Amino acid sequence: MAVSKLLLRAFVGLVLLWLIIPIVIIVPMSFSGARFLAFPPPSWSLRWYEAYLASPAWMQATRVSLTVAVASAIIATVMGTAAAYALSLANSRLVRSLQVVLMLPLVVPIVITAVGVFLVYANVGLLATMTGLILANVMLGLPYVITSVLVGLRKFDPAQEMVSRSLGMNRLRTFFIVTLPQIRPSVITGLLFAFISALDETVVALFISGGQYQTLTKRMFTALRDEIDPTIAAISTLLTAVSFLVVMLVALNARGERGRA
Amino acid sequence: MAMSSVNPSLAHQRREARLVLLLLAPALAVVGGLLIVPLGWLAWQSVRQDGGFTLAHYARFLTDDVYWMTFLQTFRMAFIVTAAALLLGYPVAYVAAGASRRWSLFILAMVVLPFWTSVLVRAYAWLILLQRRGLVNTALTELGLVDAPLTLVNNEFGTIVATVHILLPFMVLPLYATMQKIPPELTMAGSSLGGTPLHVFLRVFLPLSMPGVVAGMVLVFVLTLGFYITPELLGGGRTYMVSMLVSRNIEVYNEWGAASSISVVLLACVFFIFRLASFVIPFERIMGAR
Repeated sequence: MAVSKLLLRAFVGLVLLWLIIPIVIIVPMSFSGARFLAFPPPSWSLRWYEAYLASPAWMQATRVSLTVAVASAIIATVMGTAAAYALSLANSRLVRSLQVVLMLPLVVPIVITAVGVFLVYANVGLLATMTGLILANVMLGLPYVITSVLVGLRKFDPAQEMVSRSLGMNRLRTFFIVTLPQIRPSVITGLLFAFISALDETVVALFISGGQYQTLTKRMFTALRDEIDPTIAAISTLLTAVSFLVVMLVALNARGERGRA
Repeated sequence: MAMSSVNPSLAHQRREARLVLLLLAPALAVVGGLLIVPLGWLAWQSVRQDGGFTLAHYARFLTDDVYWMTFLQTFRMAFIVTAAALLLGYPVAYVAAGASRRWSLFILAMVVLPFWTSVLVRAYAWLILLQRRGLVNTALTELGLVDAPLTLVNNEFGTIVATVHILLPFMVLPLYATMQKIPPELTMAGSSLGGTPLHVFLRVFLPLSMPGVVAGMVLVFVLTLGFYITPELLGGGRTYMVSMLVSRNIEVYNEWGAASSISVVLLACVFFIFRLASFVIPFERIMGAR
């Protein structure tokens, strides 16, 4: 019994190591002084970070990616919160099926989504535009926001809205003064997930972004096909740091929610 | 209910319904315009050629070996990845669900962190680790386990390793969500009635964790079917997946009819799998169990 438990834990420990190592390994690689990717690096330097920061192409791609991620996360959060609120109000079968429709961006294989968006954009002239990138990422971010906000609304007692409205406050103000403050942690979680999803999105960007408006991930993908340049390690480290930061924020946010409850 | 109250309440209901639709409209417009409409368009394109109706694009599945072999390889990959993810993920979720609060939080953090790291970054990391002079090969050679570096990447093996790595959280999270809800009293009752730990696990815990198993397997399987970045970067041209067939047909051959029919068939497979799974666990729970 004790032995099997120990073995089980050792196995789980190995799986967790296997999960974490590939993400951690990139960090020392990015500080390597060598052109090739040896481990441990023969010497240390910041040259790949300098190479990244000094490259106008990488900088432009970073600006595009950050703009798209911020803008699409905000829009997806507003639209998604409204949608989740509406879904929680209604109980009809029709509305339930609409919820499934809004979850579809997570279900449809991403290549098919990319081809579909490409098809639409080619016809309305949104290919290789900022607007096009933002809209596509709003669509992909909606399921995260809706799922997260629905969880928050499930814990919210709608009777409070009744009280507020019976005291003469209108619907809109009731939402902003009574409801929103209580579901705020789940709205923020949705926002953060939508942000990360947009920042990391690659496949749709491969199809629809181009020219001046290439995303960071599209440039990385193209660069990776040609050669394994250590500059990518530097960018990957930065991207991972952003992910780490966001996960921490989500965790702190969740703790704050529990603390208040 | 008094007759007089019916009309105002009906008006109220109608106002409520209008509000619900108004709030849903922007999100539905985005998903409708960028996903539903193009999917319909793809379906339409898949049966059209030179302005007429045709089944030629689907006939290729029977006549062109590349088509069905790609689907076969993709399904094979999905089965392998799902099985591997279940074998690795079940123990992780099991230990996390049974551990103290602090440990289970730690384990979940280790699972969630890679989950929110870019797929591209993780594919790149595996490229570094598995390449000819990469970390794994260096370690194996120095330990004297192999004479010459192994070919670990640019083949199916590398693709499977990276895909399992990327999709493991989709297995662990639903499993954990289900296991966490299994009351410990049930397994305790099993033990107190004289069951051995293995017996109690097999007869009590495992069956109760099945919804999580199904949700995790469906998610991993379906996501593997549509995987694009990892096979493209780590497959070295040897792992040809359906998603690559779609993109090649557009980027290289500009064959929209072919790309559309492949997309429709792939999508049909995905929906069919979700439909099958919905007999065991409702769709909302598969998607929400994270």
